[in-house]
Amino acid sequence: MSERTENDILVEVRDLKVHFPIKRGVLFDRVVGQVKAVDGVDLSIARGKTYGLVGESGCGKSTLGRALLQLTPPTAGEVSFDGVELTTLPSGKLRSMRRRMQMIFQDPMSSLDPRQNVESILTEGLQTHGIGADRTDRRRIIGETLDAVGLPRWALSRYPHEFSGGQRQRIGIARALVLGPELIVADEPVSALDVSIQAQVVNLLDELQDSLGLTYLVIAHDLAVVRHISDTVGVMYLGALVEEAPSDRLYTEPLHPYTRALMSAVPVPDPDVEDRRERILLAGDLPSPANPPSGCRFHTRCPWAQPTRCADERPVLRNIGASRVACHFAEQIASGELRPHGVSAQIVRPEGEGDTPGVVSAPTEPGSYV
Amino acid sequence: MALLEVEDLSVTFARRGQRAVHAVDGVSFSVDAGEVVGLVGESGCGKSVTSLAIMGLLPKQPGLSVGGKAVFDGTDLLQLDDRSRRDIRGRDIAMIFQDPLSSLNPVIPIGLQVTEVLTRHRGMKGETAAKEAAALLDRVGIPDPKRRLKEYPHQLSGGMRQRALIAMAVACQPRLLIADEPTTALDVTIQAQILELLKDLVRDSGTALLMITHDLGVVAGMCDTVNVLYGGRVVETARRRPLFRQPRHPYTVGLLGSVPRLDAGRGEKLNPIPGSVRDLLPWPDGCAFAPRCARRTDECVGEPPELVHAHDGRSYRCVNPEPLPGMVPAPREEESA
Repeated sequence: MSERTENDILVEVRDLKVHFPIKRGVLFDRVVGQVKAVDGVDLSIARGKTYGLVGESGCGKSTLGRALLQLTPPTAGEVSFDGVELTTLPSGKLRSMRRRMQMIFQDPMSSLDPRQNVESILTEGLQTHGIGADRTDRRRIIGETLDAVGLPRWALSRYPHEFSGGQRQRIGIARALVLGPELIVADEPVSALDVSIQAQVVNLLDELQDSLGLTYLVIAHDLAVVRHISDTVGVMYLGALVEEAPSDRLYTEPLHPYTRALMSAVPVPDPDVEDRRERILLAGDLPSPANPPSGCRFHTRCPWAQPTRCADERPVLRNIGASRVACHFAEQIASGELRPHGVSAQIVRPEGEGDTPGVVSAPTEPGSYV
Repeated sequence: MALLEVEDLSVTFARRGQRAVHAVDGVSFSVDAGEVVGLVGESGCGKSVTSLAIMGLLPKQPGLSVGGKAVFDGTDLLQLDDRSRRDIRGRDIAMIFQDPLSSLNPVIPIGLQVTEVLTRHRGMKGETAAKEAAALLDRVGIPDPKRRLKEYPHQLSGGMRQRALIAMAVACQPRLLIADEPTTALDVTIQAQILELLKDLVRDSGTALLMITHDLGVVAGMCDTVNVLYGGRVVETARRRPLFRQPRHPYTVGLLGSVPRLDAGRGEKLNPIPGSVRDLLPWPDGCAFAPRCARRTDECVGEPPELVHAHDGRSYRCVNPEPLPGMVPAPREEESA
């Protein structure tokens, strides 16, 4: 176990890859390609801090979160949690490690069993991990957890459908918290909630971190939410990190062209800001991860793309100030030496799959559950 | 004279043995020609039902009752028979929905779906219609439009599908375009593309746009006038800037305080509204927001608050509104006068 210092790293991810095979065939499956959902990601999360992962749908951020917890087996790479290498851990040991790393899902309605009442949902994990001496002891732990997430005690005998969306998400948080984890991976924890409820849950996550010293990996497509709760933010595009920076720095000084475009696209609820700001409109859609562009993956949509290097040399993350950026020309773009140019939209279609669109999924719309 | 004048619109769903649901409860607002008007609110506030009622698209079922008026250019849309309503729909008023995949017919090529509008309302045929359809797709920024015409909705990406839907909507140069959460299902960079497209279309053709959304950021960038809905009622109406600068209704204040902002720093606390939308049950008559409201008084519980027209052209439905900064809260009698 590593030392507990100020800059103590809890999670260390090295060159993580998750590839999904594309299979064809009636009797015999043959693999015709690979969807490179996560393709070489390095990141580390400091203990007690929040790492925010943003990106558009299909960029691999959820897969990364799941692979980190070994819920999806990684194709290659290493994940070490508090000094323990998870990818090679036998399943029994991994299961006991799971107590220390929990997940909060996007849609509490589909991640909670509708036929289990809240007490049973919360007890299940305790029993599996042998926490609590007896029933009364478990009840005490559960009661404390309910207080922490702001649910009333009478909730114990109720079922998920009897709660509103915000309360259901609190149950989801309680389910993760009851085991006393150190790391919580929250995959789109607020995107299914209405704004007024969203703020309640964001504040709750913040308070829990302060009181319990939790480490978060927050995965979200909403940049404003991520900026609000994260210390460090990583931006993903087509399976790889394109930029990583301390939260404030990323927003004040985005270096990667994709980050710039992303920032400029987020609407701000302030008419004065909205009228002043300049939008960087990206042309076209996200290319298919089954057939990613060569070189820099963003070069097909990048307004700053150069004829040299961008199309044939894949940029690696390199340090510029406090940020890590994967762009060959980040400095020249920041200094204004390179000017943006027009890009025409390209139709996105995976090769060999002429009938399927490259981009299908979209983030679940917020506010669809009350 | 406003282009669309909605007056005291109410939609009630009644089911046997259950209490009737007042999804929309006396909503009034107006849209001027060429204006962008926002209907903002959280889920269940009645914003979509309002638009469906105006368009006559609510499923005809027993127990549904629609009251009030929706006067478009002198005719009350709610009194029209189906035939004349179909003439107006698509030609004078068009609509864009949230999810383009479910509002496009999956087994008919895009081209046919676009030309259908042209055939029905502009009497175009064959080659001419196809040419016009390609021109429309080109106008909304779909690359290689001639080829796209032969393709099916599933062959296009989400953003392209939404563009195709917009092409169908603007095919007849409608005077009013109703967009119900047009970008909610899309990624932010695609959302920015679509919003920019809508802005251009509105600017170039003078179409009025009724924008229904939950996203205050979208409203801040697009709308001239904003109507905030809560519990089936319009709780505040104001021009864009005053609304964001000095919201008066406690719900608007709460909504603005809840949204994390991209330009705010890490660790700035959000001010959420306590409780949830469901908390309206014990107050059947009073202000729907009263159970969650920090400025609640005894008056809020009795009967629905009257619409107050303030001197600066805005109106709100609250007996104890947020005072304007730097002003001693005036006695209410003066303010409503």
